[in-house]
Amino acid sequence: MKFNNSVHLDTEKCKGCINCIKRCPTQAIRVRNGKAVIIKEFCIDCGECIRICPHHAKLPIYDPLPVLDDYEYTVALPAPSLYSQFNNLDDTDIVLRALLKIGFDNVYEVSSAAELVSEISRRYIAENEDKKPFISSACPSVVRLIRIRFPNLIEHIIPLSAPAEVAASLARKMASEKTGLPPDKIGIIFISPCPAKVTAVKNPIGIEKSDIDAVVAIKDVYPVMLNHMSHSDAVLEELSASGKIGVSWSRSGGEAGGLLTDSYLAADGIENVIKVLEDMEDQKFPDLNFIELNACFGGCVGGTLTVENPYVAKAKLDRLRKYMPVSKSRIGDMNPEPLFLQDKIEYIPVFKIGADMKESIAAMAKISELCDKFPGLDCGSCGAPTCRALAEDIVSGRANERDCIHLLRGYIHQLSEQFNLLDSYTKHGAADALSNVSDVKVE
Amino acid sequence: MSKTIKLVYEVTADDFTRAGEASGDVKSKLKMMGVSPEAVRKVAIAMYEGEINMVIHAGGGRIDVEISESEVTVVLADKGPGIEDIEQAMQAGWSTAPDNVRSLGFGAGMGLPNIKKYSDFMDVKSQVGAGTTVTIKVLL
Ligand SMILES: Nc1ncnc2c1ncn2[C@@H]1O[C@H](COP(=O)(O)OP(=O)(O)OP(=O)(O)O)[C@@H](O)[C@H]1O
Ligand code: SF4
Ligand SMILES: [Mg+2]
Repeated sequence: MKFNNSVHLDTEKCKGCINCIKRCPTQAIRVRNGKAVIIKEFCIDCGECIRICPHHAKLPIYDPLPVLDDYEYTVALPAPSLYSQFNNLDDTDIVLRALLKIGFDNVYEVSSAAELVSEISRRYIAENEDKKPFISSACPSVVRLIRIRFPNLIEHIIPLSAPAEVAASLARKMASEKTGLPPDKIGIIFISPCPAKVTAVKNPIGIEKSDIDAVVAIKDVYPVMLNHMSHSDAVLEELSASGKIGVSWSRSGGEAGGLLTDSYLAADGIENVIKVLEDMEDQKFPDLNFIELNACFGGCVGGTLTVENPYVAKAKLDRLRKYMPVSKSRIGDMNPEPLFLQDKIEYIPVFKIGADMKESIAAMAKISELCDKFPGLDCGSCGAPTCRALAEDIVSGRANERDCIHLLRGYIHQLSEQFNLLDSYTKHGAADALSNVSDVKVE
Repeated sequence: MSKTIKLVYEVTADDFTRAGEASGDVKSKLKMMGVSPEAVRKVAIAMYEGEINMVIHAGGGRIDVEISESEVTVVLADKGPGIEDIEQAMQAGWSTAPDNVRSLGFGAGMGLPNIKKYSDFMDVKSQVGAGTTVTIKVLL
């Protein structure tokens, strides 16, 4: 199994403090030799470490804008959250046209694909009443979290591709029909609110290969677009193919809104998401139709690659969508098959401590033995987020007992006492003992 | 080296918002130990129901969990009011839960039936005025 994540460490800037190890919801970060290290298998790309790092040493990975030059024909796939970044926007066409002006050859709105996903979701949920509640599959961070931590909930994930992926395959088809160019000359470029989507492209779950060729950041595209946001070419041909339902996907509750049901729950912020998943696993709310989960506060408007404060972005979005039609894109006679995930999502027990029950019992016993030994301060000085995490690291062979500075202090203390003892022994005891030996002089 | 893992939880009724923590902890340990998702689910739900009952009906108590290679045993013992008619209590829908917890969704009378459904063995011993002990086993 290959694990990928889209957070990179600037080792120059990293001070080896404990902010990120404490904040990480899957306890994926350790400080080793004074620098933060991410355990790839545990990382879900939620972006929390990027947000918390006071030294800006955690960098999201994505493609730089000049990636456009790699292709003969490019299609921009703007995430719906892009629209929420601009002041006084009352027409999404202004944004789409600005994208053409900054160098893209065409646009395909992710919000348009989102409306198709909403329509198919409504159908799917109605036809599969027995499997509810359904969990949204749109946030890759959430899907990855479920895959490593909530095996019992995998079957509840709605087996549909995320809107960006659906948009990509439709855009690819459109571009190749229009231009006749070979696939490698066409660049399908997603304008993303988060690095989680970068990982979803490089290491997709549920599909063989992503149709997205490159992922650029909203925060890189935004400043370039600003000079090209003109309200005056409104008379030109309409580009936008989405309405309220599509653009609302960028905020928490938006996807659920598109299902036209009251029977839903929408949680945002990764810690809240985890609480909901825990409760769901214990079957505390079996009666709902739909569970919408977004790793970021406020939904994708809170992604780490956006520029606007998520709450302000939400307000801007509400203004923008006010006079929009409910939706503009419909499935019609399109074959819905490509919208579905091709492969089953598999549980990957990355936190497992033993190959079989026997080993696990031994490992678990060792962990509690170690926990009893540690002071329970969760101080982070060992580089692990908690004493328990250090115990788990030791059992998994990733760390050493003496990484705990409190235990180390004990050892040193013990050692120095032994030295003292040895010292006085050589001065007195040994002197007495040796005094019988005439040719050895002891001071 | 011990052949089983023994865990002890003291459950108090002082802080209702903490009810469910013990079963949550067992759940995460079982997952780490590589127990099958199906068995984890069974233990988590059955133990959660027992833990909540302890808090709501008996003012807290003590939970002993033992994990072996082949089974998980959960013993929930309280010194609460006891159950007068166990057969009746086991029936789906029977509940004496007070109003203040009904607003949180408790009191459907489904706890004990759920324990039965999600366990491979269940035993309830109770004495009015002395307390209740619920034993649950899930085979791995
Ligand atoms: N530990 C206990 N001590 C005393 N009485 C109990 C205990 N556990 C259950 N009971 C009694 O048995 C009844 C049925 O329990 P059960 O768990 O099935 O339903 P409930 O707790 O009332 O509601 P629900 O579990 O659906 O929220 C309770 O209402 C209570 O009268
Ligand atoms: S909520 Fe949206 S922006 Fe945040 S990680 Fe998930 S998909 Fe990315
Ligand atoms: Mg109950």
